[in-house]
Amino acid sequence: MTTQRLYKPRISVLWWLSRRSYTLFVLRELSSLFVGWAVVYLLLLIRAVAGGPVAYQRFLHWSASPWAIVLNVVTAAFLLYHTVTFINLTPQAMVVQVRGRRVPPRLLLGPLYLAWLVVSAVLVWLVVG
Amino acid sequence: MPEEITLQVARYRPEQEDRPTFDEYKVPLRKDWAVLDGLNYIKDELDGTLSYRWSCRMGICGSCGARVNGEPKLTCGTFLTDYAPGPVRIEPLANFPIIRDLVVDLTDFLVKLGAVQPWLIRDEDKPVEEGEYLQTPAELDEYKQFSMCINCMLCYSACPVYGLDDKFLGPAAIALAQRYNLDSRDEGADRRLTVLSQPEGVWGCTFVGECSRACPKGVDPAGAIQRYKLTAATAAVKKLLMPWGQR
Ligand code: SF4
Ligand code: FES
Repeated sequence: MTTQRLYKPRISVLWWLSRRSYTLFVLRELSSLFVGWAVVYLLLLIRAVAGGPVAYQRFLHWSASPWAIVLNVVTAAFLLYHTVTFINLTPQAMVVQVRGRRVPPRLLLGPLYLAWLVVSAVLVWLVVG
Repeated sequence: MPEEITLQVARYRPEQEDRPTFDEYKVPLRKDWAVLDGLNYIKDELDGTLSYRWSCRMGICGSCGARVNGEPKLTCGTFLTDYAPGPVRIEPLANFPIIRDLVVDLTDFLVKLGAVQPWLIRDEDKPVEEGEYLQTPAELDEYKQFSMCINCMLCYSACPVYGLDDKFLGPAAIALAQRYNLDSRDEGADRRLTVLSQPEGVWGCTFVGECSRACPKGVDPAGAIQRYKLTAATAAVKKLLMPWGQR
């Protein structure tokens, strides 16, 4: 018997650029960083509010700086992407049974988007109202 | 003279070259010809040294997988006319060691498949005289989708996680474990838990989702994996809260 000489292909470091779906996936993973930043930003806001009017003014001033605005606009875009991809993937991971029958995954999207809309509306009302 | 289409076929001849190269062949472009028919034409008429696997030529045996223009496909179910005017690039499935031309080494998967014990496990077999284990259509529906897997390995070829780290159990092995876990006649879920819930098991998956898009049988291995994550997490919490419990 002759010995086999297998060829072992190597994946390039830029594998995630080789397909659109891979790139979208990596962006989705990356969006978690911005979710983290959004949480930190919220905590900073709470600390500023708790610190009195001066601290709050300083926070507002700092938030109005060009780089903070750019960062937060990018963050908002990634948060949106994160939420949409998260909702779209949920039906695949979740099996919902109604009267012993599996609800078709696509039908689950409606309630999920509705819930998102309702929560967002309540938040907007809290802030603006 | 019938119309023709060019196939660029990856060749790897280990006795004479260190890495794969491409050979070009012109084959007739017929409406009813799949990529596999093109390969068979090459083998019969143009170059008998080309190696590739196939058997049923009807999407059942799962042996004819290859990348067609970069996408993992069953070559018997992928039509040449969809790629006209060509050329069409045909490469072996990604992420597996190549033995020759389009033939890859699937040993790694076969070992993993064995590890998830893809058969009905009973705590105690009932005597044959008592008859078969009955099942309702609803119980069948629970796992039927996962039983459609034909081990074609298109999902492993599509999975970047497996490509980056071949310790990952991978889509089909996990879907096939679920095929038995969700079977009302099976009692082996606890035994499969150890393999499935290790870091290289379901937790290796980052839900890229490409496996389910590549699957020619609608198995949805990505769905199977995410569902199992919930099962594994629940089992871990239960064990934490009730360490004295048997299972
Ligand atoms: S899950 Fe689908 S793609 Fe993967 S081996 Fe089975 S049939 Fe092929
Ligand atoms: S030859 Fe059997 S699945 Fe293609």
